[in-house]
Amino acid sequence: MRAEALKLWLDERLGTDALTKLARKKEVPVHRHTIWYYFGGMTLFLFLVQVATGIMLLLYYRPSAENAFESVQFIITEVQFGWLVRSIHSWSANLLIATMFIHMFSVFFMKAYRSPREITWVSGSLLLFVFLFFGFSGYLLPWNKLAFFATKVGTDIAGVVPFVGNFTMRFLRGGEDVTGATLTRFFGFHVAVLPAATTVILGVHALLVQKHGMSVPPGVNKQTVKTMKFVPNFLMRDLIGWVLAIGALAALAALFPWELGEKADAFASAPAGIRPEWYFLFMFQTLKLIPPKILSFDGEIIGIMAFGLGGLLLVIAPFLDRSAENRRRSLLFTAIGLVVVLYIVAMTVYGYLA
Amino acid sequence: MDPHSRSNSRARINRFAKLFIALALTLVSVSLAAAQKKDSCVDCHKDMQGPLSDPVTLTRGDIHQLRGLSCSDCHGGDSSQDDPGGAMNPAKGFVAKPKPKDIPQFCGKCHSNAEFMRKFNPVLRVDQEREYSTSVHGKLLVTGDQNVATCISCHGFHGVRAVKDPQSSVFAMNVAETCSKCHANADYMKSYKIPTDQYDNYKTSVHAKALYERQDISAPTCNDCHGNHGAVPPGVASVANVCGQCHVRQSALFQSSPHKTVFDAMQVGECIQCHSNHGILPPSDEMLGTGEKSVCTSCHSQGDNGYQEAGRMRELIDELATRMNSALEVLTKAERAGMDVSRPKFELTGAKDALTQSRVMIHSSSAGEVEKIISPGLEVADKDQKAGEGALAERSFRRKGLGVSLFFILFLAAVIILKIRQIEKRQ
Repeated sequence: MRAEALKLWLDERLGTDALTKLARKKEVPVHRHTIWYYFGGMTLFLFLVQVATGIMLLLYYRPSAENAFESVQFIITEVQFGWLVRSIHSWSANLLIATMFIHMFSVFFMKAYRSPREITWVSGSLLLFVFLFFGFSGYLLPWNKLAFFATKVGTDIAGVVPFVGNFTMRFLRGGEDVTGATLTRFFGFHVAVLPAATTVILGVHALLVQKHGMSVPPGVNKQTVKTMKFVPNFLMRDLIGWVLAIGALAALAALFPWELGEKADAFASAPAGIRPEWYFLFMFQTLKLIPPKILSFDGEIIGIMAFGLGGLLLVIAPFLDRSAENRRRSLLFTAIGLVVVLYIVAMTVYGYLA
Repeated sequence: MDPHSRSNSRARINRFAKLFIALALTLVSVSLAAAQKKDSCVDCHKDMQGPLSDPVTLTRGDIHQLRGLSCSDCHGGDSSQDDPGGAMNPAKGFVAKPKPKDIPQFCGKCHSNAEFMRKFNPVLRVDQEREYSTSVHGKLLVTGDQNVATCISCHGFHGVRAVKDPQSSVFAMNVAETCSKCHANADYMKSYKIPTDQYDNYKTSVHAKALYERQDISAPTCNDCHGNHGAVPPGVASVANVCGQCHVRQSALFQSSPHKTVFDAMQVGECIQCHSNHGILPPSDEMLGTGEKSVCTSCHSQGDNGYQEAGRMRELIDELATRMNSALEVLTKAERAGMDVSRPKFELTGAKDALTQSRVMIHSSSAGEVEKIISPGLEVADKDQKAGEGALAERSFRRKGLGVSLFFILFLAAVIILKIRQIEKRQ
């Protein structure tokens, strides 16, 4: 009786009844590609892990060149379970990027971006860029030697872009070189600017996913496809994935704690074999392989411009792929997607072996 | 005036101006050439064949030539004369080839003249000639020995380079080889009755390793211990002072040790008694104590105080080295297991410092003094050993914790799967 009264009280104020009805009404198509639907939820879950562990790290982290390294060292050696929180934050960040790539390519190959989900795709691809920048900015925060030089190389690359490059590099670094000012800026991006951007874009993305529901791929008959309830059937399956993800994160953190390395030293020579995080490696390796001059143009600039163009094409893919619009297979885009995936995998592997 | 004739006259003026400038430039060049100092020595010798052209070719890059000095500044004569008789006139101070006995004064004309040398290098010393006269070389030269080293034996002639020039025969890395040209030549040194194995021994030494392998030009070579212009073998009384120039602490400790009085009484060279002279090998802990390779047992025997002190000092050093290595081993193991032990690893440098200091302190020959340094080092090593063991225990705890967590996580996943089945069966 009391529960009913509380439910009524909440419904009058929050409209929970309508939300419950909406959740009950929501259905998920069941077909041979349904497994890919789980990666969006997994990415969201890992993001929430990032938020929770990030807030915990903030309790001890000090964003300055003098204290950052020592504060992270304190977290992993002195703070109770600090090692676990820091390692989970680092591992989860990497798994998040991985699941995000999987989610993006599964959406791409299932042509889920076709009308009326173009804006869902655009918001998702913007989230990818935001999360890559999350990774780039977070990598510097422990202020260790490897991160310091990787940031130097990364911002150097940004500086090569014609017209806006120099400004971008100086803006990111907070000056001519990577210094404590860069660390403070990156901290600001990582804990304020990017979370704010994520909240807005993720809000739009999630809202649109709810509005349009799950897309049925062109190869599956929309009329005859089976469905399952989102609540509880799909959500509980999601929950299994999340629980297992916690297990995987705990195992990675306990067996392979994320290394801290040596404190950054601007006067030290760059460590041998310096390379960025794995998700930037395919671009880094490509820029290393591009000849210094292509015709009379700077090879590095052409490479950077090509990746910029690639990013733009990714965002506007739904507007370019007109075949998918009519529920056709659009083989050209599938082939392009396969080439891109193969290229990223091959270049990443080559980057690690080279 | 019509425009056509105006442009013609402007062209004519331009032509005159160009002609005037060309003439002026030619005149200036001719006058400059005439104003240059005439040097008949170079003019004649450069066209000569064989060794007579050497003075011209060899002086290219010579420090004197680079500073603007010419042949006549050293050899005298009058280089403005074309006539050989006039140019090489002994009445004008010409000396073709000075005799060895005259060489110190020959170079000293300028190098002992402070006012003259100040023009070129105000910090350059001007006492080389005086110092040379105190050297074994200088003293023998005065007795009429023409084979001893003079200035040119080490510095060369006509191709003399600054000491800091790596091509110079007296550049730090070339000194030993330069000295060895005479001192490693058994035939040449036969009449002096001194050993000729110094160079071979030196090449095996810790000093030569630093100089040649690490290219550390501050590492000692011949002249750093023997002096350069005043080269003499350091006597028994001055060996410790020579070594103490660099090994300050060891020397000071030795001077205050009981060994000092005894060594002086025995008339033995202080440092070289244990470390030898030219072939000084890197010191090792085996040199201390009562073992087979100990240098202490060459004087001390079982039962005497020195024997006991040596044994005790060795024990202390071995104990610290063993405990430090043990701590390092456990910390490395923990590090390889992914644990952060950078702080205790850094702190272990305190034990390493204590070990280094104790190896210096043994020159006091006092086990008590060595112990004062070793004790804090042992504390650090023990603390780090515990930190390493703690890290390994933590790793073990984490793995156990992971096992328990995974059990509950998998259990929870299984419960959810069962719940889904139950729900779907109901649906």
